[in-house]
Amino acid sequence: MFDKIKDFASDFFVTGDPMILGAQVSIGLTLVAIVFVLTFFKKWGWLWREWLTSVDHKRIGIMYIICSILMLFRGGVDALLMRVQLAMPNSEFLQPEHYNQIFTTHGVIMILFMAMPLMFGLFNIVVPLQIGARDVAYPFLNSLSFWMFFWGAMLFNVSFIIGGSPDAGWLSYPPLSEMSHSPGVGEDFYIWGIQISGIGSLATGINFIVTILKMRTPGMNLMKMPMFTWSVFSSCIIIIFAFPILTVTLALLFLDRFLGAHFFTLDGGGNPMMYINLIWMWGHPEVYIVVLPAFGIFSEVVATFAKKRLFGYKSMVFAMLIISLFSFFTWAHHFFTMGSGADVNAFFAISTMLIAIPTGVKVFNWLFTMFRGKIQFTTPMLWTIAFIPCFIVGGMTGVLLSVAPADFQFHNSYFLIAHFHQVLIGGVAFGYFAGLYYWWPKMFGFRLNEHLGKWAFWLWNIGFYVCFMPQYFLGLDGMTRRTYTYSWDMGWGPLNIVSTVGGFLMGLAFLFQVWQIAHSIKFFKEHKVGSDPWDGRTLEWSIPSPAPIYNFAVLPKAEVADVVWEEKQGTVKKQPVPTTYEPIHMPKNSGIPFIMSAMWFFAGFGFVWGWMWLTIPALIGVAICMLARSFSYDTDYYIPAEEVKATEDAWRGVKV
Amino acid sequence: MAHAISQAGHHHGHDHDHEHEHESLKTFGFWIFLITDCILFGSLFATYVVLHQNTNGGPTAEELFKMPGIIAETFILLTSSFTSGLAVLGMHKGNMKQLIGWLIITVLLGASFVGLELNEFIHMVNHEGASISTSAFLSAFFTLVGTHGLHVSVGLIWMIGLVIQLRRRGITTVTKRKVAVISLYWHFLDVVWIFVFSVVYLMGVM
Ligand code: HEM
Ligand SMILES: [Cu+2]
Repeated sequence: MFDKIKDFASDFFVTGDPMILGAQVSIGLTLVAIVFVLTFFKKWGWLWREWLTSVDHKRIGIMYIICSILMLFRGGVDALLMRVQLAMPNSEFLQPEHYNQIFTTHGVIMILFMAMPLMFGLFNIVVPLQIGARDVAYPFLNSLSFWMFFWGAMLFNVSFIIGGSPDAGWLSYPPLSEMSHSPGVGEDFYIWGIQISGIGSLATGINFIVTILKMRTPGMNLMKMPMFTWSVFSSCIIIIFAFPILTVTLALLFLDRFLGAHFFTLDGGGNPMMYINLIWMWGHPEVYIVVLPAFGIFSEVVATFAKKRLFGYKSMVFAMLIISLFSFFTWAHHFFTMGSGADVNAFFAISTMLIAIPTGVKVFNWLFTMFRGKIQFTTPMLWTIAFIPCFIVGGMTGVLLSVAPADFQFHNSYFLIAHFHQVLIGGVAFGYFAGLYYWWPKMFGFRLNEHLGKWAFWLWNIGFYVCFMPQYFLGLDGMTRRTYTYSWDMGWGPLNIVSTVGGFLMGLAFLFQVWQIAHSIKFFKEHKVGSDPWDGRTLEWSIPSPAPIYNFAVLPKAEVADVVWEEKQGTVKKQPVPTTYEPIHMPKNSGIPFIMSAMWFFAGFGFVWGWMWLTIPALIGVAICMLARSFSYDTDYYIPAEEVKATEDAWRGVKV
Repeated sequence: MAHAISQAGHHHGHDHDHEHEHESLKTFGFWIFLITDCILFGSLFATYVVLHQNTNGGPTAEELFKMPGIIAETFILLTSSFTSGLAVLGMHKGNMKQLIGWLIITVLLGASFVGLELNEFIHMVNHEGASISTSAFLSAFFTLVGTHGLHVSVGLIWMIGLVIQLRRRGITTVTKRKVAVISLYWHFLDVVWIFVFSVVYLMGVM
């Protein structure tokens, strides 16, 4: 009996690695500490009422951002572990299997659990405010999306202490990901973690498309919409077409593993190449999903801090829509070397290069906006400026990679690693940082310390180039991707150590950001700002910071683009201060999204271990939650007009 | 939930307008959901088309599919789509009896469809040794047809829930929208089935 329990425990928990043991202990201690603090300060009720059940898009956005920062930490630690392993030839810091697990979890976490939620956080905080809406179209669904992401991410994350992490790469190519090559539970954690959070992402896509199409304030037609909102719209269009493909792909892989189906197996008539096609039909558009909103942020930031209207608004919109369409016709450039034939390769090479054109248009528009502007070098602007050269280099190396014959040379080398980090860090991460700094005052009512922010900025940038420039040369020199170690005579040692130093500079930069946030919270009184700290242009700057629960007491009129700016310039009439208010219709909080997503977590956990006694009740729980929602009619309430008036008067400083 | 249109000048019947807006917003979102469901089925169809010849020495489509049963299933599902339409008509006339009656008939037809399909599957597995793990062709077959069947089953539970709500609350703006949405869903599944019928069954036996 005792032996059996011991056997099970050693199967269930990952044992034998001192680093993982350390992580297990510290996770355990942190959990105990959190429970203790919440209980001691009697905060459970508050947490539940104010946050876990909230359907307020601003709170949901904040929760996304907190999770994303935690995931950036986890993904970053993975990255540094890899860099330590690669710093020296013949290093034995990590075991080879451990290395495979780390590059897999690093890739998945950075893209799906760091970039995506950071992006969704910004969507949530900004879009309703920019279009003059009181909420998103479906607040309940919005909360459900968040919790599906949260519990999916948790399911993926526990794999490294329970059961073992996946190790077949961030896209889990078969046959590596099939039972024959990965008999452990890691791949199942991968499948269910991503599947659950992916459903949440799909729902967010639908939610924001409807929000943007149907909830704009009177007068704001599509061509007066702020650029960030446009970028969210384009990104959501890609989401609704790409994510169902991911759902199917993961489901099929799961059927192979769980029921012995033969979709992608090497035997039984399966076709692994089909997986590679399917996963990239999602995977390539996915990179545009994450990068387009960054483009939107840069457009807002450039216009605000150059104090000029965005150059070429129409061409920006057009470029964005073209990119979202074209993103679906390039997927095969990820496997030029896998025998698709010359015609197919030529088609995908050309379609890939074509995307450079609308992207180039955007870069020129940003440059022209800055040209002769009175540029203010605030942190959001610094990130934007740093992005441009970074993205140009990344874009050029990308075009190099899209030349099919050249790809035979660079394919799977460190040249590729350097390229995609250049676009993902320089484009996506820098973009979202710019956005986070830019809208932080709107979220919390105080600004982040600019001095510490500049330290973080410079460290990130220097670290970035020190880390990734050497990798282009390593790639040209033949160092392949996912190399676990190399010998002295390869001559790759010096460049690798430089690269690792760069990685640690970025780690240090992250610490500066954490310090910056902690410092600004501690001294928030000194950093307090009013509604319009940057002298902004769009509607979100016309309401208090942080915004009241209903956002706009009276829906604003938006007869021109950049209304707030035009009002300040006097080119359009200021909107009168309202004297009377009406009651405002709002959604009630609900615990169902949290509970239902937790049920999904347990269902997924049960599938991972083959525990149907857990999965079946959990799925029944999901169904009950859905019915409970369908049967509840008492889902909204009114904020009384007097309350709205009191809130607004307090903000305007009216004495009563 | 917040609203797209300014509230100015709607004191009278103001609640009512809100409700209408909400409900049309939800229907619109459902259309977009259906687009995503189209992509989902599209991917499954594509997989099936790629794999349908990879029988791995196991039974082929010609050996497995029994057309009379399939045609009966098709007929039942198409009829249920029609009866769900009659339910909506009844609703627009404000005829509660007709609405609930046709919905119940739709549920019964849908349930017999699922029953026949399950029967077909069980027969294949038990008598023909054709299970999901036999060959890539059968993996794709069971997954595609099963996903459709799962959609129908979810629709059944949903429709039963809706019948209960209708009895409790009658025909209101909210229940009206719910009926409209589920009939949309039901027609959609019908269209998908027509594709299943032609791409899987007809092309399989031809
Ligand atoms: C912050 C500094 C970062 C460093 C030092 C870093 C480092 C690395 C290293 C060493 C690898 C493994 C290369 C290999 O062995 O093949 C890797 C892979 C990867 N990284 Fe990063 N990374 C960073 C940030 C990011 C970010 C922000 C993203 C995405 C938003 C990202 C996405 C990926 C992906 C997708 C892979 C491929 C994983 C795979 O091969 O399956 N990384 N990174
Ligand atoms: Cu690509």
